[in-house]
Amino acid sequence: MNWLFHLGRYWVFMKEMFTRPEKYSLYWKQFIRELNNFGWGSLGIVALTSVFMGAVITIQTIYNLVNPLVPMTAVGIVARDSIILEFSPTMMSLVLAGKIGSSIASEIGTMRVSEQIDALEIMGINSSAYLVLPKIFAAIFIFPFVVIISMFLGIFGGWVAGTAAGVISSTDYIMGIQDSFVPFNITFAIIKTLTFAYLITTVSAYQGYYTGGGALEVGQSSTNAVVYSSILILIFDYVLTQLILT
Amino acid sequence: MIELKNISKGFNGRSILSNVSTSFEKGHVNLVIGGSGSGKTVMMKCMVGLVEVDSGEIIYDGKQFSGLSRKERKPFRQEIGMVFQGGALFDSLNVEQNVMFPLSMFTNQTLEEKLERVNFCLRRVNLVNSNKLSPSELSGGMKKRVAIARAIATKPDYLFCDEPNSGLDPRTSIVIDNLLKEITEEYNITTIMNTHDMNSVLEVGDKILFLHQGKKWWEGTVEDILRTENQELNDFIFASKLAKGIKKH
Repeated sequence: MNWLFHLGRYWVFMKEMFTRPEKYSLYWKQFIRELNNFGWGSLGIVALTSVFMGAVITIQTIYNLVNPLVPMTAVGIVARDSIILEFSPTMMSLVLAGKIGSSIASEIGTMRVSEQIDALEIMGINSSAYLVLPKIFAAIFIFPFVVIISMFLGIFGGWVAGTAAGVISSTDYIMGIQDSFVPFNITFAIIKTLTFAYLITTVSAYQGYYTGGGALEVGQSSTNAVVYSSILILIFDYVLTQLILT
Repeated sequence: MIELKNISKGFNGRSILSNVSTSFEKGHVNLVIGGSGSGKTVMMKCMVGLVEVDSGEIIYDGKQFSGLSRKERKPFRQEIGMVFQGGALFDSLNVEQNVMFPLSMFTNQTLEEKLERVNFCLRRVNLVNSNKLSPSELSGGMKKRVAIARAIATKPDYLFCDEPNSGLDPRTSIVIDNLLKEITEEYNITTIMNTHDMNSVLEVGDKILFLHQGKKWWEGTVEDILRTENQELNDFIFASKLAKGIKKH
């Protein structure tokens, strides 16, 4: 029954959060700060992961392509669709849950245990709204850009790895990524990304906001944020795929 | 003036505060003393609305405070300043931004006006040339002074201080105590201070409330403390040999 308690408290937390800001200019400043943290701050790890994952997907596809009747352009198709449909929105969200989720939970958790949240409340500020709303909007705004960059870099990584290793020609790969392209896949990836952005920020903020105790509990909240966000990403990945693609 | 009428509070079936009634006068430093776990912090959190009372009433200058919704409490909030035990300064903001924060949130002052007020408050707590320092660069005493500056920035009518001199050396403690006393009298604020520090009790306490096992055990003035026969209070206040010597004389 513990999960029911958390579910109920999570909804109350959401309800309290979506209220009119006390001062839009201060929320805007927070939003810009979070955009920078989430976007620019994540670009390094996203770029690195995307390039290498694209490379691995391409080489593994070639390695498994044993039937001589299948054209080499299929490698480009598989790499493109794997990256757009699954790797960039889902895997990148899992990476971001680790990076951003833990950072949100520990930041808010530390504010809780050092009474900074109480200080906000005493001033008459809706602390959950002030601390979390800008994070949600920033994540929802910036994650799609991050994921689109990841798609480009993943496909680029596949091309570099495949051609550098001499296992596929540049022409075959480029023809493959252009073949049978379904633009809706991008829309689907963006829908997934928006859902995951919301989940990562709200679940992590919830974990941080209700931290009790001290440094040990902040660490625990940070771990919980990553674990629960990741589990929810995987569940919602399945649900959205089932609902939208079938 | 703040009045408490029979307030009680418990957590998980355990009573923390039981039927506490008292009043805290305007323009005075009202001290709440008591051992660890006596209910001081819970009482203060009830008074500022961070924790809801189970029963009883909290009245600010004749206006009901307990039982109000977050929205209804908003006008009170801007009249309340609080100094937390650890300062509770916002880590992501520097000293100037910390003090300016409530002004930015609740006033429509220009940047120049806000800066003027911030500098005035920082000068008032004897902190100059520290505007751009971050909280991590401040000593314990400086953090408390910034917290006081932030608390008085919006000219509150009520100032709450939860153990403002804990963790400070005796000289800095006295500086903080005297500062709070001066501010209270200068701006005619109702100040309520939780403390363990006996220097504070003897130096700045206008009225003293002693909590014991969640109950109001004793209240009076500094002069009354020196004469009281209340066993628990004497055991608490005059615990050391030095203090016992003071009591004898």
